[in-house]
Amino acid sequence: MATVSDRVRNATTKQDIREVTTHFEGDKGILEVQTLNAWYGKTLAIKDISMSIRSRTITAIIGPSGCGKSTFIRCLNRMHEVSHGGRVSGSVLLDGKDIYARDVDPVTIRQRIGMVFQKPSPFPTMSIFDNVAAGLRLTRLWSRRGDLQEVVERSLRQAALWDEVKDKLNQSGASLSGGQQQRLCIARALAVAPEIILLDEPCSALDPAATLKIEDLMRNLAQEYTIVIVTHNMQQAARVSEWTAFFLLGEMIEYGKTVDIFSRPKDKRTEDYITGRFG
Amino acid sequence: MSERNHLRRKWFNRLMLVLSGCAAGLAILILALILGYILVHGISYINLNFLTQAAKPVGEAGGGMRNEIIGSLILIGLASILAIPVGLMAGIFVSDFASPKMAATVRFASDILAGVPSIVVGIFAYAILVRPMHSFSALSAGVALAIIMVPIIARTAEESLRLVPNSMREAALALGITRWRAVLSVIVPGALTGIITGVMLSLARVAGETAPLLFTALGSNFGYQGLTKPIGALPLQIYHYALSPYADWQHQAWAAAFLLLLLVLCISILVRWISGRRHA
Amino acid sequence: MEYDAATMSPPPVKGRTFGRRRRFGDRIFSNLTLIFALVIVAILLGLVIVLNIEAAPSISKFGISFLGSSSWDVPKESFGALPAIYGTLLTSAIGVLIAVPISLGAAIFLVEMAPSWLRGPCSFLIEMLAAIPSVIIGLWGIYVLAPFMTPIERWLGGHLGFIPIFHGQVFGFSFLTAGVILTLMIIPIITAVSRDAIKAVPDHQREAMLALGATRWETIRRAVLPYCRSGLIGATILGLGRALGETMAVTMVIGNAYKLTPSLFSTGTTISSKIANEFGEASSGLFIASLVELALVLFGVTLLINVVARLLVWRLTAVKEAS
Repeated sequence: MATVSDRVRNATTKQDIREVTTHFEGDKGILEVQTLNAWYGKTLAIKDISMSIRSRTITAIIGPSGCGKSTFIRCLNRMHEVSHGGRVSGSVLLDGKDIYARDVDPVTIRQRIGMVFQKPSPFPTMSIFDNVAAGLRLTRLWSRRGDLQEVVERSLRQAALWDEVKDKLNQSGASLSGGQQQRLCIARALAVAPEIILLDEPCSALDPAATLKIEDLMRNLAQEYTIVIVTHNMQQAARVSEWTAFFLLGEMIEYGKTVDIFSRPKDKRTEDYITGRFG
Repeated sequence: MSERNHLRRKWFNRLMLVLSGCAAGLAILILALILGYILVHGISYINLNFLTQAAKPVGEAGGGMRNEIIGSLILIGLASILAIPVGLMAGIFVSDFASPKMAATVRFASDILAGVPSIVVGIFAYAILVRPMHSFSALSAGVALAIIMVPIIARTAEESLRLVPNSMREAALALGITRWRAVLSVIVPGALTGIITGVMLSLARVAGETAPLLFTALGSNFGYQGLTKPIGALPLQIYHYALSPYADWQHQAWAAAFLLLLLVLCISILVRWISGRRHA
Repeated sequence: MEYDAATMSPPPVKGRTFGRRRRFGDRIFSNLTLIFALVIVAILLGLVIVLNIEAAPSISKFGISFLGSSSWDVPKESFGALPAIYGTLLTSAIGVLIAVPISLGAAIFLVEMAPSWLRGPCSFLIEMLAAIPSVIIGLWGIYVLAPFMTPIERWLGGHLGFIPIFHGQVFGFSFLTAGVILTLMIIPIITAVSRDAIKAVPDHQREAMLALGATRWETIRRAVLPYCRSGLIGATILGLGRALGETMAVTMVIGNAYKLTPSLFSTGTTISSKIANEFGEASSGLFIASLVELALVLFGVTLLINVVARLLVWRLTAVKEAS
């Protein structure tokens, strides 16, 4: 697998990426965004975005607030259409298949592409166990308690939360600290066994210590999952991601390897942003 | 500003503030008097016979309201079975599925329905059930009470469902859960205290309703005989006995009033306690 | 590409908005909730239609004169609504006139003056009054309020008897007693809604007035009350709507005589008490139809009142949300 990832990482031009991704179709969790536009009512929120997101890497979307980065990430698992007036054109190919095709059910897409939101959102009426099991329980007709137990433990371990909560699985999810709640939400998303995880500013409501934990967690998860993270914190993008896209006013200004974006930005606007000259 | 003018304003200020204090005091005093009078007066006529015996014909001493107590419980139960699903589902529709226009329409209809005098609801139930079936019946009374309950439940359910943060809905959908399961397993449980509060409020309201029962339940000296037969109820019996010339019956009316008031107050206090805990 | 980038207009809706391709279960469930919601609308429409059908014989027989005639003769089948309408309006007017100042005073006290530890219990007690079933208030009215009103009415008759409204024989069961009962029953709702309206006035309004050197009362009178005026009117109208439709308590203390008289001490009737007393025994078609037409009049009036009140209170909440 590493070779595929490496080749994807080394590919710089769009053509190269295409070539690589088509070559290694067995590699799961590749997103290909093509001329994507999204509206809120009559307002165009993102314009003509095309980009390829590589498998098993962390891709960061940065930009000033209001640049459409949250809207963009919500389009990747069909959550944008849930908001009032949300509408999309263009296509997003998940492993070669358009998730916006007519015969595709958004519910299935969301099971394959998980999402974690800015504000930790554990279900307050459920215990920690039930929170993690929620996605499994509620996406199928019935499930065996034993299977659930296994999945819950594995997901909590993956989310580096198991040791902290293993003795209080029956307590309410709301009893945890903010950072723990966010990791609980990550565990909840992992339990459904997605291929891709979208993180919408997952650390903006957390303190630095909790942020650090989530960042470590992301790096570990990237070995198995494709991760897309939206952040307004440039340092965070620089620390965790391999690829970075810079958004401004609904357009993608620049997309490239994180090191390149932060050391040798090609576009003047990107340079202005990362050097703190506006926003 | 002259000194006299200043004094005048100062005293007028005091006068008006005292007056509004008096208004509050008066309102609360009268309330306390009514409540106290009914409770104290009523409890003195409560006894075992009242609770366990059926009513006796005019002239015979003793007797109780066993049948009416049971009758009231049956009517309240029947109304709840009919009203809770309608109110709850309508609340879910307005909060989670309706377009803004449909939501406004349903909300408006339920506000108007809540304002319809209960006696008019009684006539409606008479026209659609009693006359076609050629009999006063427990069923028609249950329907009348249900019509009174529905808008209360629908509005409180909708309001408490909307208080569940949108992030919960999104979190559920992002897990790939279908909308209906998200609503039933995540959103409704999150709003449960509010929904229960609304149901109990509506119960407190219909437990004492009398006007719509006059020409639906009618009243009956025999116990429960089936849904299609007339049935007695506590508030009806209070009305009949209160207007009767017999001291014994009047006493029973007071005892029944005590019982009914106790029930209604308990529900109200429980509601207060639940919603207080939620806000705390 | 599905749209013209230059104009940036959204593409025609084509399977991209939520709700197009939805799971079967979702469609069933949302339609199910829709059906139940429509039940509410259907009940309301059914109510209007059924009342109109039932009242049709009376409407076609008496026409508009039903509202102006004061006869109620069952054997001769001649029915008119005037005394009942008069009684309803009169008792409700008495109720609102006495209840508004008391409720407003109580609401001002609760929001502006009461120490915080007193607010909760006071509000609670006042709301409890709203929970007492009407028939129990009626029972209390017969045995406590009516005997209590008799000497008051006698005193008023003795000193102010030269005014027609205070003229006449005193029974204790009267328009006035019914009005007082209604007062007690609508104080809670008027107090509660006005309290919320006053509470919604932002503090900077009060502070601005106080900073001008106004006394507390002047602040309330000149800044607070005008600001929430529409809410207070809404509260009053909601109380009026409640009073108009009230049945049991009024039926039990008004004496149930079908007559038109200026005297407040006279026994009388209201629309709802007329229906409560006679509907169960009414046999002839026209008799029933006339009673239903009475109900229709009551329904129409309360509908109008409630719509107006709702609009006023909505405006209030709109102001609150805007600020």
